[in-house]
Amino acid sequence: MTVFLIIIVIALLGITFWQMSKILKLSKSQSSEDPTIASDKDNKIQGYLMLAFLIVFNIFMLYNFWSYSKFYLPEAASAHGEDYDRLMFISIGLIMVVQVLTQFLLHYFSFKYKGEKGKKAFFYADNDKLEFIWTIIPVIVLAGLIIYGLFTWSEIMNVEEDEDTVVIELYAYQFGWKARYAGEDNTLGKANVRFIEGINTVGIDESDSYAMDDKITSELHLPVDKKVLFKLRSQDVLHSAYFPFFRAQMNVVPGMITQFGFTPTITSEEMRNSEYMVDKVTEINQIRKENSKELVANGEMALDPYEFEYYLLCNKICGISHYNMQMKIVVESEEDYKEWLAGQESFGETMAKQEENNKQ
Amino acid sequence: MSALANATVAQDHHGHDDHGHHHKETFITKYIFSQDHKMIAKQYLITGLIMGALGILMSVLFRIQIAWPEQSFAIFELLLGEKYAPDGVMNADAYLALVTIHGTIMVFFVLTAGLSGTFSNFLIPLQIGARDMASGFLNMVSYWIFFISSVIMISSLFVESGPASAGWTIYPPLSALPEAIPGSGMGMTLWLISMAFFIAQSLLGSLNYIVTVINLRTKGMSMTRLPLTIWALFVTAIIGVVSFPVLLSAALMLIMDRSFGTSFFLSDIYIKGEVLAHQGGSPVLFEHLFWFLGHPEVYIVILPAMGLVSEIMASNSRKPIFGYRAMVASILAIAFLSTIVWGHHMFVSGMNPFLGSVFTFTTLLIAIPSAVKAFNWITTLWKGNLQMNTGMLFSIGFVSTFITGGLTGIILGDSTLDINVHDTYFVIAHFHLVMGISALYGLFAGVYHWFPKMFGRMMNKNLGYVHFWVTAIGAYGVFFPMHFIGLAGLPRRYYTNTAFPYFDDLADTNVLITVFAIITAVIQLVFIYNFISSIFYGKRATQNPWRSNTLEWTTPVEHVHGNWPGEIPSVYRWSYDYSKMNIDETDYVIPGQDFVPQNVPLQKNEEELNH
Repeated sequence: MTVFLIIIVIALLGITFWQMSKILKLSKSQSSEDPTIASDKDNKIQGYLMLAFLIVFNIFMLYNFWSYSKFYLPEAASAHGEDYDRLMFISIGLIMVVQVLTQFLLHYFSFKYKGEKGKKAFFYADNDKLEFIWTIIPVIVLAGLIIYGLFTWSEIMNVEEDEDTVVIELYAYQFGWKARYAGEDNTLGKANVRFIEGINTVGIDESDSYAMDDKITSELHLPVDKKVLFKLRSQDVLHSAYFPFFRAQMNVVPGMITQFGFTPTITSEEMRNSEYMVDKVTEINQIRKENSKELVANGEMALDPYEFEYYLLCNKICGISHYNMQMKIVVESEEDYKEWLAGQESFGETMAKQEENNKQ
Repeated sequence: MSALANATVAQDHHGHDDHGHHHKETFITKYIFSQDHKMIAKQYLITGLIMGALGILMSVLFRIQIAWPEQSFAIFELLLGEKYAPDGVMNADAYLALVTIHGTIMVFFVLTAGLSGTFSNFLIPLQIGARDMASGFLNMVSYWIFFISSVIMISSLFVESGPASAGWTIYPPLSALPEAIPGSGMGMTLWLISMAFFIAQSLLGSLNYIVTVINLRTKGMSMTRLPLTIWALFVTAIIGVVSFPVLLSAALMLIMDRSFGTSFFLSDIYIKGEVLAHQGGSPVLFEHLFWFLGHPEVYIVILPAMGLVSEIMASNSRKPIFGYRAMVASILAIAFLSTIVWGHHMFVSGMNPFLGSVFTFTTLLIAIPSAVKAFNWITTLWKGNLQMNTGMLFSIGFVSTFITGGLTGIILGDSTLDINVHDTYFVIAHFHLVMGISALYGLFAGVYHWFPKMFGRMMNKNLGYVHFWVTAIGAYGVFFPMHFIGLAGLPRRYYTNTAFPYFDDLADTNVLITVFAIITAVIQLVFIYNFISSIFYGKRATQNPWRSNTLEWTTPVEHVHGNWPGEIPSVYRWSYDYSKMNIDETDYVIPGQDFVPQNVPLQKNEEELNH
């Protein structure tokens, strides 16, 4: 594949230079024609090229939508995600209508009104009515979009914390994530990077009575259909907690606690078995298989087959391994979630173990 | 050509007043420490083009890494060296450094200094009818500060710990702590010093432009008769004066945080096994300060291009620009709005969501003046007599990419939709089309159009056509598919995407994009060749090759100090009287000539337009 593409590039470059040399020769030999100012012939050729470009460009856009639409993320796995996607599709639809229309006018006019000697252009300096129309139409359309967008925005961002909300701290550091669950008292203990010492890796305040039952995990498990509120804390630099499948993102800022909340609606299992994901994973594994062939031929390890899991990414440049700062997310039924959580070691237990080790 | 148009050419030479060019110029005063705005403009242009070549080369290098991650290429070993490309494989340090410096160079050194620096210097005195800038000396100083700034930025590529690599937005704490990334050591220090110089040159230049436009317009050149180029450059300078100082303050505070232990942007940081003493600062404050410049900056980049395109389009359509007043009003509206929308870069930064709502509102408002401009350009073409010169092609291309890129701004400016596409390739696609490619098209259009005035020779049109069409196809080939990669949730600034098998099916598209990028980059060599060979061997230009109305075309082809050998021409009309008919609609105002230069008095056979 790679070699093939390189050959294409080289071939295209070759053609380019060949064409250029031809043009150079042409421009030198025809002394009768001005090589610098567009003649009627140029206007005509360039006008037709504009028309050709319009057609090619439309085909190219169509091709992009046709073959790349599948890249769009699967059905949103969070409650607000549905609204998000609807607003996105409406916006894309609207944009494309305007895009096709204006690009048509622009390139078609460039073709239609290509210059000719002796032709008279239409002296047309102003038309208040026309300009009013194309001021007011965007105003109305944008007003609609703004109002729709702002309603959705305030719904997403105003997270009301009640007794039922699962509060989880996400802790970001170069280059990884940790999650902290509140434990039985349902309250996260106080924390600050100044308390980081030894196995107390996220800086929990040991003197805080709420802290001991907190649980620190390296996987993020979420109960389905329950509101989750993330409290985000950074150890060192800016990070961004990006949950593409849940249409959620918030920066993680050292020195302050930021938050984002959503309700997961599709379990990992369901997502894995959805038609979209089955197709996608099959295709990805096909690609991985082919890439593996090449790797094995070079004496390297083959790639593991891929199985879908939700993941959390870092989406704010944070250093050398920014590209690989991820955390697995598991959305599961509430029972499974509780069972998993019960199996995790609490902070108190970890500290006690440590003390015992020190005594020995 | 009629006698009228030639009136100024034959202008008597006895009006040789105080601005004679009789004192002998040495090589140094003419080409190096020149105070002539035309020479300074050329200095800006050539420096900008060199920086541009560097910036584009960098983009090709990191695009190769994105398409064929962690594979060995001889060119990496050659250009990056053993340390940054061991065995020809680019490492993550080099990748982040390349994207950072590519962004910095293209935004500031090419599209700010190279575009507005060149054309403000060149066109403002020529088009308003002034002998030179208000202060030729300050103008010279501002170029040389720019030069120093460029040299410092390039020298940062050669320091041992590498150049700045925290992204061109240099958000602290990453940019403040050498412990966090090697590029934040000496490289970042040089970046900040270079930018401080850059801001100084920008302020000196901008003040000069503003004063010149306000004070030195020739007789009859009222503000409402100014060509749109001057309006755009004038307003750009104002935006620069308003917003650049804020970036300087942010840079100074960052320098303080880095070197003198202050805590403007730093708080609660534990890094490399140690808690830092910094307490109480906020990176969000830096983001506010940065984007208070950063957003107006994109209009500093795009407004000059809009101005150039308006002028070139009207001239080559042989029609007045449609809706002159609306065009001026929308420039002013965009300039005003540009200073109150910066928060749309920060919807998910942790700032209060209510602020996000306000910024969504102001941001989407910008679409209105932008739409007016786009429709007015399209209407300018309608029923024109389009002369497809290279400058015109790039102007049409500009409108095309400006629309394509601008429309996706409606998605990114909407706080809700920004949540999931923030910092993905969708953003890259958007801003490259709307300000990167568009502004570059503006720059190319300007160079092709004013080359005869700058160098007294013409550029080759056929090479120009090849340059335009390959670039036009290549640019869309790079950036249109990129939207879809962004919608897949692929973050920007990832050294490789292989850490997430989920992205494996995007790999082919990334290869396609890189192939287009390489083609587009290579074809720029045609422009460079055309540019350089035309300076020396191009066909000699006539005085007014594009048959334009603006005043610069009334100056002699050979540059003279003070621009006009005789008296400065007076202005009697706006600059868009193309194809204007006489009262009886029998012929043009000047029989047989479809344009009326600004210095031609009102004729008996025409009606005056009120603008």
